[in-house]
Order: sequence, then structure tokens, then C-alpha cells
Amino acid sequence: MASDTPSAGIGARRLVVGAHFGVGSFLLQRLTALILVAFVVILAVRLMAAGPLDYVGWASIFVPLWMKVLTLVAILALLYHAWIGVKDIWMDYVKPMGVRLALQVLTALWLLACAVWSVQILWRV
Amino acid sequence: MSMSTSAAAPTKSRPEFRNIHVSQIVRYRMPPAAMVSIMHRISGAALFLALPFLLWLFDLSLISEGSFDRMAAIGSGWVVKLVLLFLAWGFLHHFVAGIRYLVLDMHVGLELPQARRSALAVYAISLPLTLVAALKLFGAF
Repeated sequence: MASDTPSAGIGARRLVVGAHFGVGSFLLQRLTALILVAFVVILAVRLMAAGPLDYVGWASIFVPLWMKVLTLVAILALLYHAWIGVKDIWMDYVKPMGVRLALQVLTALWLLACAVWSVQILWRV
Repeated sequence: MSMSTSAAAPTKSRPEFRNIHVSQIVRYRMPPAAMVSIMHRISGAALFLALPFLLWLFDLSLISEGSFDRMAAIGSGWVVKLVLLFLAWGFLHHFVAGIRYLVLDMHVGLELPQARRSALAVYAISLPLTLVAALKLFGAF
């Protein structure tokens, strides 16, 4: 896209940003949102089908492998969705670059830890 | 609402809000869509902060019968119930408002009156559902 012709930087078709990271984030935020909506619907249906929600009824929802995989996909979607949203919040309100970078790194590490923890939680059932 | 005519006739000076200061936020009456937007951000941030707590409860609920009972006991205190109610509101608002945004992304309902109505609809759906969650949490049914 970037070209060295004199007209590349001006006019209606000027290049405003470089790498289009924003478009990717925008689309992935929507995609992960759709995954989460689908998962909420599936979980709601399974909850209604499960009957009384004592320990056995609740835990049996997450016993089948497909439900573990589905739940993990949903949790990973949730974590990536949260990453985009929280990163946007830091970018909007935290102006000093060092503080912002530190918060973003902490957020990413924390979400990564949650992902690992989720695997442990689900595969222990 | 009278933006089209205000350019022609000189009108009395109105307060202008550009990059508004924190102290001006309370006096700034936001339209419903703007309220939905900022609540979407606040609820999302709250759910993010509550993630360790919710994962911990999820973990307890699945390990064993005993840990399940422990989870239930933790959830029976009224402070925790209030926190859970706030998170239930956060989830419900974020969910319903999020669906509104997905619809807006498809360029449906972008006109001002429709957008205003759909913003109000977000409250009309999420707040009664929050009330149901409250009744459930505090043992009405």
C-alpha cells in the first residue's frame, strides 16, 4: 500500500495508519463476541436440560469431552475479547507510555495465566 | 434537536463540551446510547477484574461435592451476593448491549431515532433480567 509516489501521502486515499492492527482487533472482538453468544445459548440449554443443580447435575454438564473443548474455546474467546477491551481502556486513559506498556504486559500475562488455569479446572472434572 | 436551524438564527449561548473535564461529567446529560456505551465499558472492566474470583468459584464448583458446598457457602453471604448481583448486571448489560453493537455493525438501526430506541431497549431487557437475578440470589424463588 505504501508507495513512494508523491501522491501516496495526500488526498482521499492517503495512508493514515500502518499495519492495520486495529481492523484485526475490531474483527476478532466481534468474532469472539459471537462465539460467546453461541456458548451462552448452549450452556443455557444444557442447564435447563440438567434438572436440579446439585453437584452431580452441575459437574455432569462438563464431563463430555466436547463440552470441555467447547467451554475452553469459549473461555479463550472470552480472554481474547477481554484483552482487546482492556487494551483499549489502557490506550484511552493511560498516556505515559511506560505505565501503559507495563499495564498491557501485566494484562496479557494475567489473561494467559487464566487460560492455563481454565484448562486445569475443566480437565479435572 | 434543533441543529439544522441553529446555524441560521443566532441563539443564546449554550454550554460547550469539548474534551470535558471530570468535574463536568455530572452536569453533562448523556443521551441513552452514550450511557449504554460507557456502561458497556464499565461492565466489561468489572467483569475483567472479577475474572479470578469467578474462575475460583467455577473451580470450587467442579472439584468435588465438598468444594461445591464450600462454593455455595461463600455465595450465601450477603456481601458476596451483592458482588454477584453487580456482576450479574454487568454480564447482562454487556451481553445485551454487545448484541446491539453487533447489529449496529451490520448497519442496522444507525439512524438517530432507531439508535436511541435500541439503546433504551438494552435497559428494558437487561434491567428486568437483573431484577430476576436479584430475586433468585436473595431467595425469592
